[in-house]
Amino acid sequence: MTLLRLQQVVCRFHTRGGVLTAVDDVSLDIAKGETFALVGESGCGKSTLATLILKLNPLASGRIVFDGEDIGRLKRQAAKRYRARVQAVFQDPYSSLNPRLKVKTILAEPLLAHGELRRDIAARVERALALVSLPAGAASLYPHEFSGGQRQRIAIARALILEPELIVLDEPISALDVSIRAQILNLLQDLQAELGLTYLLIAHDLALVEHAADRVAVMYLGRIVETAASVELFDNPRHPYTQALLAAVPRPDPQAPRVHGQAQGEVANALAAPPGCRFHPRCPSCMAVCERQAPMLVAVGAGHHSACHLHEGQPAAPAAKSSAGRPE
Amino acid sequence: MLRVQDLKTHLFLKRGVLKAVDGVSFELAAGKTLGLIGESGSGKTMTGLSLLGLPPKPAGRIVGGTVSLDGRELIGLDEKTLADEVRGRQIAMISQDPMTSLNPVFTVGAQVAAPIRAHGLGGDSRRDAAHLAVEELQHVRVPAARQRARDYPHQFSGGMRQRVVAAMAIACRPRLLIADEPTSALDVTIQVQLMDLIERIQAETDAGLLFITHDLGIAARVCHRIAVMYAGRIVEAATAEQLYAEPRHPYTQGLLASVPRLGRRDKRLISIPGNPPDPLALPSGCAFHPRCPHATERCRVEAPPTVMAGDDQVACWLHA
Amino acid sequence: MSEAVALPRPLLARLLRRGEGGFPFLAASVLALVLICALLGPWLTPHEAGKIALADAMTPPAWAEGGSAKHLLGTDNLGRDILSRIIAGARVSANVALYAIVISGLIGASLGMAAGYFGGFVDAAISRLIDVQMSVPSIPLAMLFAAVLPPGEAMVIFIIVLSYWTWYARLVRGEVLSLRERDYIKLAKIAGVATPVIFYRHLAPNVLNMLLVLATLQFGSVIVFEAGLSFLGLGIQPPNVSWGGMLADGRNFIDVAWWLITMPGLAIMASCLASNLLGDWLRDTLDPVRRQI
Repeated sequence: MTLLRLQQVVCRFHTRGGVLTAVDDVSLDIAKGETFALVGESGCGKSTLATLILKLNPLASGRIVFDGEDIGRLKRQAAKRYRARVQAVFQDPYSSLNPRLKVKTILAEPLLAHGELRRDIAARVERALALVSLPAGAASLYPHEFSGGQRQRIAIARALILEPELIVLDEPISALDVSIRAQILNLLQDLQAELGLTYLLIAHDLALVEHAADRVAVMYLGRIVETAASVELFDNPRHPYTQALLAAVPRPDPQAPRVHGQAQGEVANALAAPPGCRFHPRCPSCMAVCERQAPMLVAVGAGHHSACHLHEGQPAAPAAKSSAGRPE
Repeated sequence: MLRVQDLKTHLFLKRGVLKAVDGVSFELAAGKTLGLIGESGSGKTMTGLSLLGLPPKPAGRIVGGTVSLDGRELIGLDEKTLADEVRGRQIAMISQDPMTSLNPVFTVGAQVAAPIRAHGLGGDSRRDAAHLAVEELQHVRVPAARQRARDYPHQFSGGMRQRVVAAMAIACRPRLLIADEPTSALDVTIQVQLMDLIERIQAETDAGLLFITHDLGIAARVCHRIAVMYAGRIVEAATAEQLYAEPRHPYTQGLLASVPRLGRRDKRLISIPGNPPDPLALPSGCAFHPRCPHATERCRVEAPPTVMAGDDQVACWLHA
Repeated sequence: MSEAVALPRPLLARLLRRGEGGFPFLAASVLALVLICALLGPWLTPHEAGKIALADAMTPPAWAEGGSAKHLLGTDNLGRDILSRIIAGARVSANVALYAIVISGLIGASLGMAAGYFGGFVDAAISRLIDVQMSVPSIPLAMLFAAVLPPGEAMVIFIIVLSYWTWYARLVRGEVLSLRERDYIKLAKIAGVATPVIFYRHLAPNVLNMLLVLATLQFGSVIVFEAGLSFLGLGIQPPNVSWGGMLADGRNFIDVAWWLITMPGLAIMASCLASNLLGDWLRDTLDPVRRQI
């Protein structure tokens, strides 16, 4: 069952340098109970997309439908309920907790906002802390008395306290110490199984995504370039950008074959995104058509879509491959 | 080439003495790469700064040990000798955030030329140094180096800035290059490009490279040998092949088991319990014992000695 | 790693601040004295501040040659007791400074918060207003209003507020702009916390501390500004006593009676310095990062 559906979502920012299209015509479905991952490098629009779902930024066009309702058209009461059903955990556990407030105040804040009775709050706070394996005594301490990993547990407890259905995890472990990451990741997976949560995981670490996600969308400069079930995407990546990303992942194994960068150059400035396929200046298989025309997402397998001109007219496509338009 | 023995750098703080580096020993040969792996607060960055004679002022002080580079003892050299003959000349550093190494009000060309001029390597004239600077920028593959030398740091992307910092670092052909998380702020596709560059520079200049990182994947790619630090001490050091294939110390074993890897879809990672220790209140005995699955009474009481096995070292009672 | 060891501080700093983070006892005493004088002035003055006694005119301070214990700080050209006049002037200075700071703080903070939090058109309008206000030099503006408005404390307060509210507005706007991007504010929005609650729980405590610090720092500067206005004859008018007015009166006798301008000058300097020291201490004390270390 689809819990969250994005239909042709566009988000633009007006900056001094001009209009920046941070999210460009993104459509995707997230099913109840799954972990859907958005991956891409900085500036690809994955975090902006999260702010749209969290209603922190307005859409320029398109629709976001949650549980059958357009979240842009919710009435007052329904809008408030949406705030309880969708929560978030951010990257930086230091910036996520107000340093002036005790943990119990931080955890109680969402409950108070939703009219929870004061006498029930202490029990709810204690239960949320127990869910993330923190002692009840943590409630009367300040954030600076905890380590980074413990703070992230508190941030997760805050996200859970309203009993949401969808949690947006924006790089939830990348700011943590290496020895803590697995703890938090395991905690998130246990909570998902226990509470039937749906996760939208935003990450740049492909190994983490392969480990944690059921389905994946790869973004580049505001657009989805490839989307598939996790197993399919990692076994059979079709888009040249996905292939380059995978090749670039450092492997903790000195015997691993040395793969050198397949993507040339750097990500273009989003204010001056290249015409046609946005990846074409860096693409090892760039063709003449790529400079003119943006490729559409086409089905390349069961539930597997990729936006690349290489897929057109397949399986005859490889013959059409040309290096005529390869830039230097 | 580089021999560090029993290096100790402590920070004297209001709340107590923080033993940031507490008896670290290692060797590094010319043209080789030693990885220094550890979490935040493990002392890996402080080790790098100590080699440069730059413990953070005013709290930090090198309280013991020796550092010899090509047979010359660096600990105890006066500030002027360090600045004139060692820093930037024999030992150069590439840090995580290139913007802290670059001055925003000077052109990139002038900044790459600065170490060349300061150490009197570029002939006498400003023009010669500027010319050499452009060559160095070409060397690190900055496209259109001649024009870009006139640009300012903010006009460069993160990856290009890091190349400029690398150009500054190698401008005087240092014997030792210290790279402190040079790729951590970069996207993966740019990381690969920079790691290729660092490897190439090192091969050409035959410098020793001390590569400080928390990322096991990157360390595996660039390092010949790896030293794992925990709470100011090296808990294990070995060749990269040995360390990744057969880690000896329970901390190394835990780290390797806890990182997700491409192609392995086991749904649960094995995590290290607990949290990194407060560096001002380290546990007794072995600092890792509260998190260690093999901890015994002895680990609680007595710090394990560092045991040598050939060139490798490990500090754990399981191997003592 | 930013934590540093306590270093020995210069002697003067130690005297005034009593060590790192120590309460600036001297500064607080000076300000307390000013406030006590302002509250209890009429009961404290040894003589009536406006009482003319030509026979005692130009008596030097008690410790100087020809001084008398009757007039501790001496008398002016009309025989008025300087100590009494300084105590009386403290009332005017403190009154004007308190009202001016509270009013400009309220106006500035409200406009600054609105500009910072809502952004867009609101921000553009308020920011332009601040720019315009700051580009107008305050002394000519004061002269203009002094010519148009009835003289008195209210007029002085009005003029000071006009040139001081921009400080508060700019400060608060900048702080709210950066606070707005904190994750915990975004997360409060995501949890459906109402905007007034976000203002009250997350923004106000941060902003209030800054306002308190700025207000303390400005207490001295407002006193100097008010003295300047009165010195120019634009501020407090005789027979009301003010420190600036005393300076203006004493100016003509600077060769023969140094104490006429030295004593009110010292009063102005001491209160300004004290408010700066106390403000610095407050800033360090209220900074959560410094406090936690």
